Amino acid sequence: MNQIEGKVFIFGDNIDTDQIYPGRYLELTEPQDIAAHVMEGADATFPSKVSPGAIIVAGKNFGCGSSREHAVITLLAAGVRAVVARSFARIFYRNAINRGLCVVEIPELDLSKVKDGHEAVIDIENGVMTFSNGCEFVFVPFSEHILEILKAGGVISLYRSKMKER
Amino acid sequence: MHALEKLLAKASGKTRVKPGEIVEAEVDLAEVNDLYLQVIKSFYEMGGTKVAHPEKIAFVFDHYSPPPTIKAADNQRQMREFCEKMGIKMLFDVGEGVCHQLLAESGLVGPGEVVIETDSHTTTLGALGTFATGVGATDLAIILLTGRLWFKVPPVINICLDGKMSDFIMAKDIILHVLGKLKQDAAIYKAIEFTGSTVSSIKMDERFVLCNMSVEMGAKTAYIQPDEVTFEFLGDQGSEIENFEVFTTDDDFNFFETYYVDVRNLSPQVALPGSVDNVCGIEQVEGIPISQVFIGTCTGGRLNDLKIASEILKGKHVAKNVRCIVIPASKKILQEAIKRGYVQTLLEAGAIFVTPGCGPCLGAHEGVLAPGDVCVSTSSRNFPGRMGSTKAFIYLASPATAAASAANGKLTDPRKLL
Repeated sequence: MNQIEGKVFIFGDNIDTDQIYPGRYLELTEPQDIAAHVMEGADATFPSKVSPGAIIVAGKNFGCGSSREHAVITLLAAGVRAVVARSFARIFYRNAINRGLCVVEIPELDLSKVKDGHEAVIDIENGVMTFSNGCEFVFVPFSEHILEILKAGGVISLYRSKMKER
Repeated sequence: MHALEKLLAKASGKTRVKPGEIVEAEVDLAEVNDLYLQVIKSFYEMGGTKVAHPEKIAFVFDHYSPPPTIKAADNQRQMREFCEKMGIKMLFDVGEGVCHQLLAESGLVGPGEVVIETDSHTTTLGALGTFATGVGATDLAIILLTGRLWFKVPPVINICLDGKMSDFIMAKDIILHVLGKLKQDAAIYKAIEFTGSTVSSIKMDERFVLCNMSVEMGAKTAYIQPDEVTFEFLGDQGSEIENFEVFTTDDDFNFFETYYVDVRNLSPQVALPGSVDNVCGIEQVEGIPISQVFIGTCTGGRLNDLKIASEILKGKHVAKNVRCIVIPASKKILQEAIKRGYVQTLLEAGAIFVTPGCGPCLGAHEGVLAPGDVCVSTSSRNFPGRMGSTKAFIYLASPATAAASAANGKLTDPRKLL
C-alpha cells in the first residue's frame, strides 16, 4: 500500500461521527448494513454516489464526537480507501489505524484549491498527495509502528498472528 | 513531571515519560457499553479465547436502556453470554445508569488509575484524578486480550477558573463558555487540567461536568487534582482511599498552554444548534420558542442537576406543547432524588421520567426529535441529527436554563424566572 489512488469527495471542518454514521443506526453490527448509511448525516446522497477507491478530503477535526468504531467500519465497507484531513479527532484516528483505514493528516491542506470529483494520488512512503489539477501537498510520513499496522490491514490481523505465535 | 505523566509512567513500568512518547500501560479498569458488540467480534477475530483479567472488566447497558429494538436487545443478550463465558462479574444491566456515572459511584475508580471505556465521555472520570480516556471497539478488545494498551503521553493544557459563580450559574455554563472561546479542536491529542479557586469550591457533581465536556474540545483526558472534595466523594462511595495513589504535579512543570477564565460575571451560556463551540450568552437567544427539554445524560443528569431543576420548576408547570424529559444518570441518583422529593416536584410540574441511561442524547430512543423540533438539552452534543432529525434544532444549556425554558416554553434566563 505504498500508493493510494482514487476519486476525491470534499467535506468541511468538524465532520463529527454523527455525520459520518448517525447514532440511530448504532445497533447494526454487520459491515454491509453499516455501509448503507455512510456519511449520511453530512450528505444524504453520499451512500449512492460513493464508489470503491474513494478518498475523503476534509478540513480540521475530522471524526470528532463519539468513539463509535462504526464510523470507520462504514467508510471501509463503503469502499473509502483513505481520509485526508487538516487534523483528526483522536479516537477516530486510532480506530482508523486499528482497522487499516489510511488516515493522512495534512495541516497545510487548502480545500479552496481542490474540488469534488478530482482524482488524487497519495504517496504514503514519501508523504506527498497530488491532485489531478496539479495541486500538491506534503505530509509527515507514518511512523514505523503505524505503518506496520496499516500494512497488515489493521491491528486485528496483526494480533491474530501474535496470538497464534503464543 | 505532571501528575498524569507520573501516573502513566508508573502504569507502564517507567520512571519518567515525556509528551509525545508512546507507552504501553497496564489498564486498571476497562468498560464496554451496549453499543459495542464489535468489541466481542474484534476479540474473537484476533483469536481471543480467554480474557486476560476478567476482574478488571465491566459491561454496562446504558445506551439502549431498556432496548428499543430486537437488534439492540439481541446485542445485549450476546454480551450477557460473553460475560458469563469469560467470567466477567461486573455486568451493570439495563436501568443501572450511564457508564461514567456508574463507575464513579461504584467505588472502583479513583486517583492514580488508568480507566478505559468505549465511550468518548470517559474523560468525565478525570475529575477523580484518574487517567481516563475513551477508545473504540478494537482497542478495547486488545485490553480484553492483554490487559494493556498503548498511549501517546499528552501535553497538558491548564484551564484556570477563578472566582465565585453567581446564583443559577453552573459548571455547564463555564465549560460551554470555555468551548466557545477555545473551540472544538483546541485540545486534540492533549490533556486538560482544570485548576483555580472555582474548581476548588465546587462539588464532584459539577467537577464531572467540566471533565465530561473536555472531549468536545478534542481532549484525550481531563484532570482535576484530588483534594478533600474528592476524598469525601470517594468515601461516600465506600472506597478505601488507601487503595489509591495520588500523584502530584512538580512545581517546575511547564504547561503546554494556560488559559485564565474569570467566572464572576458569567451569564447562562448556550451552544447554538449544530455546533458545540458556537456559544453565546442566554441574552442573545432569549424568547426562542421550544418544543422539548431534555434534562439528563452523563453531562447533565446528576443529583445536583435534578435539585436545581426541581427548585426552578417547583410550583410551576411545563409550558403547553413542550415535552420535558428527565433521565437521571443512574438508579442511585433516581432513588436519592425520590427520597429528597425532587422527582415528585418535577412530576407535579409536568416532567416525564425515563429509565436511567443515555436516553435520546444519541438519537436512538426515548425522545428523538422531529424535523422542526427545538430542544434545550443538558447533554453534551448538538451535532446535526444527533437527537433524531437533521432538521431539528438542539440548544445545549445548563439544567437551570433547561428547567426555566421548560416552564416558559421558550429559551429563558433562569435568573429572571424566580
